[in-house]
Amino acid sequence: MRSDRGQRAPLGLKIAAACGLLFLHLPILLIFVYAFTTEEKSFVWPPPGLTTQWFAVTWNRPDVWEALSLSVRVAAISTAIALVLGTLCAAAVSQTRFFGREAISLLVILPIALPGIITGIALRSAFALADIPFSFWTIVLGHATFCVVVVYNNAVARFRRTSGSMIEASMDLGADGFQTFRHVVLPNIATALLAGGMLAFALSFDEVIVTTFTAGQQQTVPIWMLEELIRPRQRPVTNVVAMVVVLVTLLPILLAYYLTRDGDQIAGSGK
Amino acid sequence: MCANSPSFDPATELTGPMTSAVSFKQVSRHFGSVRAVDAVDLDIVPGEFFAMLGPSGSGKTTCLRLIAGFEQPTAGSISIFGERAEGVPPYRRNVNTVFQDYALFPHLNVLDNVAYGLMVKGVGKAERLKAAEEALSLVRLPGYGTRRPSQLSGGQRQRVALARALVNQPKVLLLDEPLGALDLKLRENMQEELKSLQKVLGITFVFVTHDQGEALSMADRVAVFNDGRIMQVGSPEDIYQRPKTRFVADFVGSSNVLPPDFVQRYSGQHRWGSLRPESIRVSSAASGDGVAARLVGTNYLGATTRLALDANGLMLHAVVPAGTSLPAEGEAVLLTFNRESLHLMDEPA
Repeated sequence: MRSDRGQRAPLGLKIAAACGLLFLHLPILLIFVYAFTTEEKSFVWPPPGLTTQWFAVTWNRPDVWEALSLSVRVAAISTAIALVLGTLCAAAVSQTRFFGREAISLLVILPIALPGIITGIALRSAFALADIPFSFWTIVLGHATFCVVVVYNNAVARFRRTSGSMIEASMDLGADGFQTFRHVVLPNIATALLAGGMLAFALSFDEVIVTTFTAGQQQTVPIWMLEELIRPRQRPVTNVVAMVVVLVTLLPILLAYYLTRDGDQIAGSGK
Repeated sequence: MCANSPSFDPATELTGPMTSAVSFKQVSRHFGSVRAVDAVDLDIVPGEFFAMLGPSGSGKTTCLRLIAGFEQPTAGSISIFGERAEGVPPYRRNVNTVFQDYALFPHLNVLDNVAYGLMVKGVGKAERLKAAEEALSLVRLPGYGTRRPSQLSGGQRQRVALARALVNQPKVLLLDEPLGALDLKLRENMQEELKSLQKVLGITFVFVTHDQGEALSMADRVAVFNDGRIMQVGSPEDIYQRPKTRFVADFVGSSNVLPPDFVQRYSGQHRWGSLRPESIRVSSAASGDGVAARLVGTNYLGATTRLALDANGLMLHAVVPAGTSLPAEGEAVLLTFNRESLHLMDEPA
């Protein structure tokens, strides 16, 4: 934010800002550096040597592929569910008046406001109560709870900016409900849905807490990483995967930011 | 979609000379305990320019939405060119609306906006774009097709909204306070243009406004609304010269409403009366045949001056042409008027 153009910040403030940024981002840089180290049992600074062999090792580890595949599939399905439910819910809350509307809006946002550990325990005991064995779908269900919020928040903000009479105008001009959705509603909320969807995908991809309660013996990428840290073997493989995760989650969030920065905040990006 | 619900098929339609363009029979629309429209009877003649005038919350916009199909009546029946309209969704009525906020589609350019109605009806691309271009010429915006709505001024958006409705060749065009957002000069231009457009096209226009000047200058007939009911329907002259109720007298041209005791002295009848401000002549004669009053305020309006007068506790307004020599404020004046200009009202309320 700049408040006054032309007025320069004092030197002390600049140094403090630089230190803050370094503190936040140097550790991430370290992860990248350790992906190339020749030392495999522990992380020593400076790295004794540099190598790219860990990329090949990672490529040939089936457990990495399994974890990546599970994470991508979970994120994709959770996002798809969130897109449908979040949009429908946002449409209902912003376009109609009904009893309990405010309450529903609060209840939808609750999963992201609650600590993940609460959501996790709640889901785990619910699954146990209903005798549902842990599976791919229990992870998806867990992730969908907070993915819906992200899509809902983005969609509801866009719906609020969209003139309600536009839908009436479309009906007035002869379009039925489906045509109105396809030709008027969807084009107007598309970027919000894309942004919400990408955020949901990124959130699901690196989710740990809810996943530990709902995954059983399956490993998503973050869980695989946690397990890997305990084992003192081929440590840099974790770093290679971490690099991939950073790229996979950062790019969508950046893209989402650029798509919605004209007024829409990316709700829930802090989770 | 329900296949056997009534729809507007031009082939089966019978429009005899006596068919109303829009007909309301005891139509009510209640929202909970709020009677937005209450037992309204209304007949709009084909081809006329019909204005619905009233203060906000008087039910005029709800009536418009009942014709458009955005609202369904809680009681009564509506027919449009002889066809029952209850239960017919907006997209199957041959009626189009110009919205107050124009409601243009921001993701489409002007030409695609205008062609939208034809597009959803399945008209081929070349044909619908040609029709849209013609509609844009009709509202004097030829060549604006490639622009975005956000690149247009308020007046231009309004014309696009008009073209978008007219391209569908509706039988009734509904206009919801279409000039409300325009500045004075533009509004006056659009008033004339709308009126001549209506004459050329011969389409029934139903126009909602809270501006009595707009209603009087544009409409063939005016319906004055208050509290969900129609107070009076008539030609602009009828409404202005012969208001039936105090509300109409007061709302249309802010007439002086006179109590029965006052009226009895001049007409011999114990009834409520109304007297237009411009019918009152003000002279500084101290005595004579007229109403003695005191000038308590003057309001310069440009072409005219508006005077506030106190006739023994009865507050009256008079409008005199600018340049009339006036007594000073606080001085005694004599008010005179022709007996014919004192209008007696049928209903007291």
